[in-house]
Formats: sequence, C-alpha cells, structure tokens
Amino acid sequence: MRALLRSLVEHLASLRLTIVLLVLAIVLVVIATLDQVHLGIWAVQAKYFRSFVVVQQLPGTGVSIPFFPGGYLVGGLLLINLLCAQFLRFRLSWRNVGLHLTHFGIALLLVGELVTGLLSVESHLTLDTGETRNYAEAAFQRELAITDITDPVFDQVWSVPLSRLERREPIALPGCPLTILPIQFFPNANFFMRRDAPNAPASPATLGFGQQVVVQPAAPTYRPNEENAPTAFVEFRGPDGPVGTMLATLAIAQPQTFTAAGRTYAVALRRTRIYFDFSLSLLEFRHDKYPGTEIPRNFSSRVRLRSSDASEDREVRIFMNNPLRHGGYTFYQSGFKNDDRTTILQVVRNPGWLIPYLACVLSGLGLLYHFALSLFAFIKRDRAAVAGGTVPGSPTSPRPATGGAR
Amino acid sequence: MKRSLPIPFLAGLLVLAAVAYTLRLPDNPDAFDTEGFGRLPVLVGGRLKPLDTVARTSLLLIQNRQRVKTPAGHSLTPSQWLLDALFRPERADTYKVFRIDNNEVLALLRLSPEDGDGGVRFSFAQLAPHLADLDQQVQRAAQLEAAEQNPYEREVLKLRNRLQTYLGLRYSLQLPESDDFAAELIRFEQMLPDALAATEAAMAGKPADEALVKELAGYLKKFQLLRSQASMLAIPPPPVLDDPNAWSNLGDALLAAFATSRVAQPVRDYAALGSAWRSGDPETFNRAVAALRTDLVAGNDPRLGRTALEFLFNHAQPFYTAAALYVLVALLGFVSWLAWPAVLARCALSVGFVAWLLTTAGIAARMYIESRPPVTNLYSSALFVGWVGAGLALLLERLFRNSIGNVVAGAIGFLTLIVAIYLPFTGDTMEMMRAVLDSNFWLATHVVTITMGYGACFVAGVLGLIFVLRGTLSRSLDPATAQALLRMTYGAVCFATLFSLVGTVLGGIWADQSWGRFWGWDPKENGALIIVLWNAVILHARWGKLVGPRGFMNLAIFGNCITAASWFGVNMLGVGLHSYGFMDSAFFWLCAFWLSQLVVIALGCLPPSLWRSRAAVES
Repeated sequence: MRALLRSLVEHLASLRLTIVLLVLAIVLVVIATLDQVHLGIWAVQAKYFRSFVVVQQLPGTGVSIPFFPGGYLVGGLLLINLLCAQFLRFRLSWRNVGLHLTHFGIALLLVGELVTGLLSVESHLTLDTGETRNYAEAAFQRELAITDITDPVFDQVWSVPLSRLERREPIALPGCPLTILPIQFFPNANFFMRRDAPNAPASPATLGFGQQVVVQPAAPTYRPNEENAPTAFVEFRGPDGPVGTMLATLAIAQPQTFTAAGRTYAVALRRTRIYFDFSLSLLEFRHDKYPGTEIPRNFSSRVRLRSSDASEDREVRIFMNNPLRHGGYTFYQSGFKNDDRTTILQVVRNPGWLIPYLACVLSGLGLLYHFALSLFAFIKRDRAAVAGGTVPGSPTSPRPATGGAR
Repeated sequence: MKRSLPIPFLAGLLVLAAVAYTLRLPDNPDAFDTEGFGRLPVLVGGRLKPLDTVARTSLLLIQNRQRVKTPAGHSLTPSQWLLDALFRPERADTYKVFRIDNNEVLALLRLSPEDGDGGVRFSFAQLAPHLADLDQQVQRAAQLEAAEQNPYEREVLKLRNRLQTYLGLRYSLQLPESDDFAAELIRFEQMLPDALAATEAAMAGKPADEALVKELAGYLKKFQLLRSQASMLAIPPPPVLDDPNAWSNLGDALLAAFATSRVAQPVRDYAALGSAWRSGDPETFNRAVAALRTDLVAGNDPRLGRTALEFLFNHAQPFYTAAALYVLVALLGFVSWLAWPAVLARCALSVGFVAWLLTTAGIAARMYIESRPPVTNLYSSALFVGWVGAGLALLLERLFRNSIGNVVAGAIGFLTLIVAIYLPFTGDTMEMMRAVLDSNFWLATHVVTITMGYGACFVAGVLGLIFVLRGTLSRSLDPATAQALLRMTYGAVCFATLFSLVGTVLGGIWADQSWGRFWGWDPKENGALIIVLWNAVILHARWGKLVGPRGFMNLAIFGNCITAASWFGVNMLGVGLHSYGFMDSAFFWLCAFWLSQLVVIALGCLPPSLWRSRAAVES
C-alpha cells in the first residue's frame, strides 16, 4: 500500500506531468482566447477557466460533449504536481532557495486565482451628481425584489434569486403572508406593445403593465455591450388565495405595486443589490481631455463618504488607477454617462486581493536569485577558462589573452 | 611587437563619424527659411510639437510616406509641402498624395490606377468632383462596427480620414477661399471699431451703416468656419494667461478680436508669412519666420526645448540609420564565420555597438520629448524589443566571442526596426496616452518588463534558428560552437522567463489597481501568460532532460511564434480591453513569419544523421 502511494506521488510529481500540464494550459488559453470573438469574455471564463471540463455543444444538435480539461482541472493538477514535487524533492540549500521561492509564489498565484473565482463579487455603483447611495448593483446577479411599502418610514424587502424562479416551485417569503409561484421564466426577451401586435396570445399577467406588453423570448446574448433581460411571469398568492399574476423584467425598471391582505407591495426584477454600512454621494465628476482633441486624459469622481453611524464623513477623489478601498470594498472609476453628469464606479469585494501581490514578490525574487546565481557561476567559470588559456564558445574565434590589441 | 590602431576600433569610429554627420541641422533647400518654419511650435493632438512633425505625420497619414513630388517633377521637403497645403492650396491640390489601395473605391471616384502616381496616389483635384459620392458611402460605412466592415468600407473611411487631415490643414492658418488673407485681416482690423459701433446702433434700433454691419457679419461667418475646421492650435495663449495648454486655433483667435479689437500678433505674422509664400518673396517670408519665433517663444514654455529636439530627431531619422547599420552588423558577423573570423567579428561588434547606441539615443530622445517611459504604443514597443534584443545579443557576443551574438543583434535590430517602420500608421507615434494608460509608474514597470521579456524570447529564438540552420545546412557547427549556442540560448530563456513572469504579474496588479480585477482573461493578458508558460515548458524540459540539444533549440524557435502571436496576434482578434486595433496586412506577415519558423523547426527535427554538422548534435 505504501509503495503504491509512493509510486502515485512520484507520478504526480514528475516533470513529464508538469510539461504535459503546461502545454495543456497553453492550448486551453489559446482556444479560450480565440473563442472570445464569439462568446465574449464572461462566457469564456465560465466555459474554459472556471470549470473542470470544457463542454462543447455540437453545432446543429443539442448534444454536448466534453472535449478538453478545464481551468480548474489543469490548474488544480498543476498545483498538486507542484506540491508533490516539492514534497518529494525538497532539499533546503542556498542553491535551491530561489526555485523554492518561485514555486511557492506560483502556487500562491494559483490559489489566489481560485479564491478570487470563488469569493470575489463585482458590482456597479451609478451616481448622478448630488445623488447619495448606500448600495451597489451586481454586475451579473439579478433578483426579484418584493418590498412592503405600507409603512412610509420603513420598507421591508424580500429578495429572490433568479435561480429559484427558474425552478417553478412555490416560494414562501418568511414573515410575509405572500407566496410566489413562478409561471414562466425566460433568460432573455424582447417586448412589444400589445396594440402593435393584436394577434398575440393573451398575456398570463393580470396585474400591472404585463397586460399591455407582449413578451417574445430571445436567445441569451454574450456581447460585451449588451445585457440580457431576464423576464418572469409570477403569481402571488395571499392567505385568501391567488392575488394575481405579474410580469417582472429587467427591461422595465419601474416597480409595480399591488395590495394584498391590507398591505401594499412593490415588485421589481432588478440587479441584485449589495448594501454597505456607509454611503457615497457624488459631488463632482470630471472628464478631462487633452487640449484640442477628444482623447480622454482623466476621469475622476469627487465623492463624499459617510458611514451609517456617522463616525466617518470625508471627501474622497476616485480616479483612474487610484481606487478607493473602504470596508472590504474597492471602488474604481469605471465609466460615465449623461453628458458627464453621472459616474459609474465598479465595486469589487475580493477577500483575496493581496495574494497576487505577495506571489509576485516571491516568484520575482526567487527567479532573480536563481538566475543571478547561475550567471555569476557562469562568469566565474568563464574567467577561470580564460586564465587557463582555453576559451569558452567557439574555437574558430580565439580571443587573445592580452585583450584589445591585434 | 608593433602595435597599430586596431581595425575594429577604426571601423567603429568611422561609423560613429557617419552617424554624427546625420545629426547636423538641415540646410534650407532654397532662399526661403522653410526649415525655420518647420521648427515653429504648434499644439496638435494634445501635444506641443514642431510644424515639421505635423508635416511628416500628415504626409504619412495621407500617403504612407514622407516624400512628395510636384506634377512638374520637383521634390518637396515635408515643410515645403505643408506650406503649400496651408497657404497655396490651389497648388497643393494638384500633388498626387492621397493613397487609395482599393479598386472599388477608385471606381466610386471614377478613377483608374493609371491616373495615379504609382497607381495608388491621387491628387485632391482628382478626388474633388466626386466627394459627394464618397460622403454617401462614408455615412453608410460609419454605421457598421469595425469588425463588420469589409475592405471597401474600411478604405472609404480611411480616405475620409485622409481628406479630413488635409482639409483641417487648409483651414488652419488662413481662409483657403481668400485671395489675400493678410490684406483681408488689415481691412478687418481697420473697420472693426466702426463696425462694432454700427452693429450696436442697429441692434438698438438707431440708424447705422448697413454695409459695415453686413461686412462684420461676413467676417463672423468666415471666422466661425475657421474655428470649426482648423485642426491645429497654432496661436499661443496671451502671456497674461498662465495656462500653458490654452493654445487656440485661428478661428478662436480671430473671434477673440471682436472683444479686444486687436488681431493677435501671431495671427498677423502667419498671415504675412502666407502672403510671402504665395508671392514668392523670401525676404518677407524669412522676416515673418523670425517674428513668429519671437512671438511663440515669448511665453518661455519649458516644453519648447522638447520641440527643438524633436525637430532635430525628425531630420536625423536615427532608426533608419540604425536599421542600415544592423544589416551591416549581420553581414559582417555572417562573413566572419567564413573568413577572417577574429577581425570581422570584432568589427561587427563595434559597429553593432554604435547602432545600439544610436537606437538608445533615439529612444531616449523620444522619452524626453514625450516625458514618458520608453514603451507607450505598438510602435515604441517594436523599437524597444529591438533595443533589448540587440543589447542582449551584443552582451552575449562580448562573453562568447563567436560572432553569433553579432548576427543575432543584426537580425533582431534590423527586423524590429522594419516592423516599427512598416506598422500601419495611425498618426503621431508620440500620441497622448488615454486616461487609464496615463500612468508613468505602470508604463515604466509592467510595460517595460514585459517588452524586455519579448526581446529576450526573440534572442533565444534566433539563436535556435542559427543552431538549426547552421547545423543542418552547413558543416560549420562544431561541437564547441554548438555547446556555446546551447548555453547562450539557456541564458536568454532564463532572462525571458524572469522578465515575462514579473511583467505579467505586474500587469495583473495594474489591472487590479485600475479596474479591480487581477486577472480578467483579456487576450493581451493571455498572450503574456502563454509566453511565461512556454518558457516554463522549455526550462522544465531541459531540467528534466526530456529534450536533447535539437529539441531544446526547436522549443526556443517555437518561442518566436508564441511571442509574435502574443505581441501582434492578439491585436488582430479585435476584442479585449487593450488591443491596439485591427490590422489586415499585418496578419499576412504574421502568418508568413509563423510558417517560416515552422519550416526551420521541421528541419531541426531531422535525425542527426541527416545534419551536415552531425558531430554537433550527436554529442
């Protein structure tokens, strides 16, 4: 048994495996990069890198076949390979310190990428000049939000992730008399006014604007500048039976209201909100250009940061290459709209953000140390060879020992 | 033993003297001080630069070269052409400078290749009758995304840009429709106080001189046209203003006169200069150039030192000279393998060192002019890859003395400069950096290290090429040289690994700093990653003794393909956050390069018995 384990570890630690995995990684990166032209950067990440196996749908059929190891598999095996090799062949000597550092840095880099893939959340914060917000909107996640707005001072919000709507099972809202029954769900859809399409089948909706709108399901888009409009018909049931069916879609932002059991609810399908315990107000957005050109020189947002307990109240400038890091979130200047009156900040929460910095320092220093050692050894040998009268390199060009004179 | 001056030293000195000769200030071709005119500063593209640069970049943009011939067969300097385009458009319109490479576009303009200079260059006068047709096609093509445009539509848009560049110049320093702009300005200044009074009176409903009011309105319209059309900001801010960037164009400067009742001095001087150029009066012209020099330098802007250097740099064209010298280095190195090895190898090394110094000076000049680290765009990356590659190769030559480093330095130096010179030209190569790239710290760290990695990869690859070609095609590769080549290549691969790994991770950190994502799987990032992984493959294969000398060298040669793909290929994908733009013809050359490398790799895969230098690979 021990022998078997030992032989397994030896195989897992082999340089041959390293090379196979490195070549697989190269091929994976190349095909993923080429596929970006069709799929866009996000879908490519999910398909090739954040997966164990790359699955390809055969064109013209519904059949999907696995055809290449995915990023998690290749990266994970590389990590195992590296750890096994270190475990088996680890010998601490001054000669090897550089290599150990480098490999440790690379292992850290792989772990860091995994941590980022699993834990980081990207969202956006859009602020008009003068506006204040205490939440960001997720880049990809969407939610069905039901807000009890009966009390003018206090709102209670229930948020349902879209994956629950796809399953079409009744969803109970804790502490709320309502139950939600998803009837139809489309990942993306287009809309027409009912009066423009008189022959369309009747809408399932009995409440809100859904009655005037015709929904046409569409294929999900992956283009960088387009956004899917997830759409659902959901039925609300109160304690006394069905209240009605409503159309909820990302494409139509305004919340729809209805009353049930004496309380008023607002419903919206929106980008999932991430709430902070502080707020940001946009004081000024600047979009500087180089004189006489349209080339942007700088985008910057002057914002006021206030914590909810009023312990902090200060002004911050967020501009290109100068993010604001606060409360575990990082705010980056990402875009603008509305004739430069509105700023778009990208908000990232990535608990592992420091790992690559550390990894970079370790592997860089390690390589530098190792190669410097080799170089000095080489030069020493070269000197010794010259002193001894033999010349390294080609004997066709003997170098006179005296130096420059012919 | 009698000591004489060594030949290699003399060769280096001779080449150095020749290089120094190219650095002198140019002479005027005739009595007009056109070179003095070329030295005058203007603000174009966000940067203060000499008019000479405007002339050269406009010509490169319009016709892909700097040389101009008049219909009568005279050659013009770029500055002379610019003077004609600015002040004598009726002549400049007849020069065949607009490059059109697409026959469908020619058909649209009712032209055939026989009408053009060299079949591809046409005059504005030839294009003018059909501009309306072109406009229609431009409207259509402009609605398509860049990736969806076909070659015809791209050429239509390109021609539109070329025409805009040209017309922007025509409106920059005078009204092209005016017969005598200087006289018109004098008349404007004379009538301005009365006309303003008359206009005020008319607006108040009092009796006024209708003719004067009308004339003033006419000027207003003309100046507004100038303001909207002029492409250069040629008029410096008044000395009282302390914003050094507040240069204005001719139209703005003239409209300002409505408030001050005075036309700014540089406007008058440029008008006088234009009149003198039109009437062929060198004395007045030279006086106007001198006056403008005083006007424009009066602000004492420290950036003017840079424009002076840029003018010299434009004339010296150090990269052309260096390209020629690198050819000489490669030839000397190559011949040294066949005859007089000691002398020729050292001649090659000293000439190579001069060429490398010249590119160093050129890159340093660009850095000073731009106030930027060496690599800011694709063009400067080509210069820098060559600089690093040639420098590393010359260092290897200094260590090994077998002339291999010379040939590598010559080949890399020459080829990268050719790539730089023939890159699709999109305007000034010293353009302003877009907001996210405007960070000297990251440009100096990430971009420089990654580009050094490219350079080292190419050195390793070219060493591999020499190994395989010399080994298979000649008997000159003896075991000692083969050993030396292997060690040189190993050194270069180590260097490449270090710099590409550190550069790639630094790029990730920059990305984390600017958009919060350490790694986004952007094509450019992936390209850098592939280089790192490939170098890791080469090193591990060698350490694990999984490849012999031939395999190791073939892996290094394939590194050329990978580096070229990462450097240029990802720009051709047309996706990604920092791609430099789509390049058609470059793709052909990239494929040709890949193919050539694969052919050599195939040669390298031949069994040792088929190598003419068998001993080198069997050991």
